[in-house]
Amino acid sequence: MAQYNISLPSNIMTDIQISHASLHYENAAQPIFSDLDLHLPAGQWTCLLGASGCGKTSLLRLLAGLIEPQHQMSAQICCSDGLSIDNRIAYMAQQDLLLPWLNVLDNICLKAKLYSGQVTASQYQKARTLLAQLNLSGIEKSLPEQLSGGMRQRVALARTLMQDTPIVLMDEPFSALDAVNRYKLQALAADVLQDRTVLFITHDPQEALRLADQLYIFDANQQLEALPLPSSVPPRAINAELGACQQALLQKMHKQYE
Amino acid sequence: MPNWAHANKRYCKRCTNNMNKSSHALLALLSRYANIWRLLITVLVLLSLWQAIVTLFAMPPFILPPPLLVFEKLLENYSLLFHHAMITLSEIVLGLILGVSMGLLFALQMLLFKPVRRWLLPVLIASQAIPVFALAPILMLWFGYGMTSKVVMAALIIFFPITTTCFDGLRHTPTGYLDLAHTMGANRWRTLWHIRFPAALPTLASGIRVAVVVAPIGAVVGEWVGSSGGLGYLMLQSNARMQIADMFSALIVLAVFSIGLYYLTDSLLKRFIPWHRELASR
Repeated sequence: MAQYNISLPSNIMTDIQISHASLHYENAAQPIFSDLDLHLPAGQWTCLLGASGCGKTSLLRLLAGLIEPQHQMSAQICCSDGLSIDNRIAYMAQQDLLLPWLNVLDNICLKAKLYSGQVTASQYQKARTLLAQLNLSGIEKSLPEQLSGGMRQRVALARTLMQDTPIVLMDEPFSALDAVNRYKLQALAADVLQDRTVLFITHDPQEALRLADQLYIFDANQQLEALPLPSSVPPRAINAELGACQQALLQKMHKQYE
Repeated sequence: MPNWAHANKRYCKRCTNNMNKSSHALLALLSRYANIWRLLITVLVLLSLWQAIVTLFAMPPFILPPPLLVFEKLLENYSLLFHHAMITLSEIVLGLILGVSMGLLFALQMLLFKPVRRWLLPVLIASQAIPVFALAPILMLWFGYGMTSKVVMAALIIFFPITTTCFDGLRHTPTGYLDLAHTMGANRWRTLWHIRFPAALPTLASGIRVAVVVAPIGAVVGEWVGSSGGLGYLMLQSNARMQIADMFSALIVLAVFSIGLYYLTDSLLKRFIPWHRELASR
């Protein structure tokens, strides 16, 4: 198990190779997917699109080490640097998962508290710097319930950054936000997480097209199919090219839903 | 007081010109202490009902003494009542402390050790079939006529609500929090202390509210069975001597103390566990 160190240089990047992943729900006749391979290149955003129930969240949970005992799930996970993936991931979910009894600053420093039992002064200092970077100065002592949805998810992003891990797993982190906040947070996340290896799950084609360095979709046979992306760099503006891609993608997904 | 400023403004908007300054002040005063007014009115209505029953049905004072007589006794026996009230109050508070800590301990053990849960939970539920009051004579036998038996009695009846609410709260931590803790590499103990326990506190708080209400019952029943002090003892003594007004004054003191204890606990819990709303929405 790699020792967590808050000053770990974030440029230690690693590829991740997932091979022979399979998922079988209990009492289900057919497996959800089997013999699935996925390669997450170092320092890039890999977006995974798919209808609900296709197993995309389960795949992310497998990487996060969050396997439900009632699901039969297995995969080989290898990192290119030969180290284990344990304790090198940060997880961001659709709910911000801010603990309502901790103030913003303590929420951001949660990993230090949970991993080593206490938060040092320098970690608090680092958290304050992060808050300033995300334009959240002045709410250090606020409780989560005093914040708006967009702000809360920004605090969750700060918590993810504070973990300073090379791998970030995001499970529809912006889908509960309104359109403007979602747009702002997509750009912000793409900016602050640009050198991480990110697996990003979404059901929104536009979001996937804005953020992805590589885009995959679960096809009808439950295999991953790579999709073409606009030529610009993420976070992409929503322009004509992206619009055309989105139209094509929606039609493709529409066919699959039938 | 944000409430009254607000109310005042609302009245200003609505009010017509014939409303002068003094009626504004009166309205402000009324809305500022709305809770106290409501309490006062409730108490007054209850007292007049009491008096009405006494008058209407011509109740003799040894069946239902009129409220004024009871208050006379209350003032007359002030120091005696206070002395015995302190005994009962100590029994209640000590019983609460003992019962809550036992409940917490049991709930924790059931959470942490599966065999304990499998063996203990059915026993715990079955034990509720025994009326705890039936145990009072045995407790007297074991713990004597002093305060101990009453403390144990009070602790025994609050033990069950505390254990079950605490166990429920600890078990139903929002899974998202646990997932997050897991990905952060938290071990079992840190997860318990930093995530499960605080998340269980709002549920535990409702158990404590119930406990504060039922603990006085345990203490008083204990005093009835055998004691040399306390409000229950005082009531029995007055009853035996047909001093019914004294009995009622002891009863009123007991009611005031119990209600006061409840509101004190309730406001403390609300103050120190303000995240119950947030968790309820999950």
